[in-house]
Amino acid sequence: MTGSKKRAADLAAHLFLTLLAVALTFPFLWMLLGAFKDNLEVVAMPPRLLPSSWNFDNFAEIEGYFPLYRFFANSALVAVATTLLQLAICTMAAYVFAKIAFKGRQGLFVLFLTTMMIPAQVTLVPLFILFSRTDLIDTYAGLILPGIFSAYGTFLLRQSIMTIPNELMEAAFIDGASYYRVFFSVIVPLVKPTLSALSIFAFMSSWDNFLWPLIAVNSKELMTLPLGLSKLQGQWSTEWNLLMAGNVVSFVPIFIVFLFAQRYFIKGITMTGIK
Amino acid sequence: MVGQRKWSRRTAAIVFLTPALLCLLAFQLLPMASSIIISFTDWDLLTHWTKMNFIGWDNYAQVFREEKSYTAIRNVFVFLLGYLPSIVVLGTLLAVLLNRPIRGVKLYRAAVFVPVITSWVAVSIVWRWLLNGQSGLINYLLAQVGIQGPIWLQDDFWAMVAIILVTLWKDIGFVSIILLAGLQDISVDYYEAAELDGASPWSKLWRITVPMLSPTLYFVVTISLINSFQLFVQVLIMTNGGPAGATSTIVEQVYRNAFQFNKMGFASAQSWVLLLIILVTTLALQQLQRRWVVYDR
Repeated sequence: MTGSKKRAADLAAHLFLTLLAVALTFPFLWMLLGAFKDNLEVVAMPPRLLPSSWNFDNFAEIEGYFPLYRFFANSALVAVATTLLQLAICTMAAYVFAKIAFKGRQGLFVLFLTTMMIPAQVTLVPLFILFSRTDLIDTYAGLILPGIFSAYGTFLLRQSIMTIPNELMEAAFIDGASYYRVFFSVIVPLVKPTLSALSIFAFMSSWDNFLWPLIAVNSKELMTLPLGLSKLQGQWSTEWNLLMAGNVVSFVPIFIVFLFAQRYFIKGITMTGIK
Repeated sequence: MVGQRKWSRRTAAIVFLTPALLCLLAFQLLPMASSIIISFTDWDLLTHWTKMNFIGWDNYAQVFREEKSYTAIRNVFVFLLGYLPSIVVLGTLLAVLLNRPIRGVKLYRAAVFVPVITSWVAVSIVWRWLLNGQSGLINYLLAQVGIQGPIWLQDDFWAMVAIILVTLWKDIGFVSIILLAGLQDISVDYYEAAELDGASPWSKLWRITVPMLSPTLYFVVTISLINSFQLFVQVLIMTNGGPAGATSTIVEQVYRNAFQFNKMGFASAQSWVLLLIILVTTLALQQLQRRWVVYDR
């Protein structure tokens, strides 16, 4: 390709990408700006792009209707607990599936993989029944527990642990290390990149989870952000400025994680195909 | 010594595996087994579970009798028809563009990703506002170019179009990032050889990029398909299944039947029918796969 032809192609690519980037980020920008507008500006026709004054009133006012920051704390607690427990449980199981042979291991592993294909709504009704019979509905434990295990996570970690050479473990055993010692000082440090990618996804899917909290929680005190926001929009369906303020609050933590760990986000997606 | 090692290996296996096994049992296998049982009963959550009656295949027969079931299945296939080809084509184009070594490409990649990291609930609320018939920005912009916009979410045709477009908007970054990784795995040697032979960009796309990318494309199609069958949050928040069932989906009905009408048995039967549809479609896709996916490089 000649230089000028390539430049023209690059220019066309820039043009397309700019258009697409605007289309993909504008609704998000509109949400951000909406969070600072007052209740008249937000429905004004013709619409105004920028708020007339940047005030944070909406972020305070929303608290008068709905305990938004309580939701925030609930979401954070549930997401952090889910992520930590999921990583621990999956890494431990993956260690066995990759490095500790026993009779029937293969069959068990296939069973794990099979459950990956079961969509959540098949287990939704019985899980709800199980949790209500054990008084776990409307508790933090009830929100956290169904997310603490992931067959997918176990599978990915197993693949990652498989790449660790056996010699490394053998050397540790000769030095007198136990299986537990090897787990903490050989396995875990070596699968850190996979763990980082997985933790972002565990956190994000817990943070966004809507269906389970929708049925597992009744009282306001235990609602997570997505659930709280959906209730808020059911009640104040046209108070767009307040709704946008709520959306912004729910977006901030994920955005911060994304800014600092963009590399792992991309890696995690390409590795797992989950979002 | 060796015996001791073997014993400690067994203990280690048990210790490390037990938490995962317990979770698998409690949150997957037990619920699945009980879901099968419940689907054959008339249980309605209000009566004590010891008093539920087995009614054979009645719930399943009811699923196939109900008009609503067909509406939901049809809606999901209409959604697929609009969504699946668009996400694959647009996602591939976007991935090809993002793969160009141009200045600022990292910024573009980040921008494309913003909808992916925004939660579905937030996305649905924002789009309900943007698509509002009177005060929505979209209709305002359409009016600027002389188009009278529809009332979107209240219109039984445009509501589904809106759901498709919003889902495309949310997912395109996700799909293109996966495809981008696939593109980056294709060796530049192929393109260099093609260029020496004087191949046009078009034939390079069809003869190198698409075949080499086909395993990733297949992966994307499978994931998008499974996600489409589980369409729920955007529908519940943007249209609540309406207007008049125009955007009602299978999961939305399972949810409504179980948790609003307390028809636990019926909802369970519905969820198994859904699983069957997913299974059949995925298997069909698997068969088709052999025709167009190129595995050997």
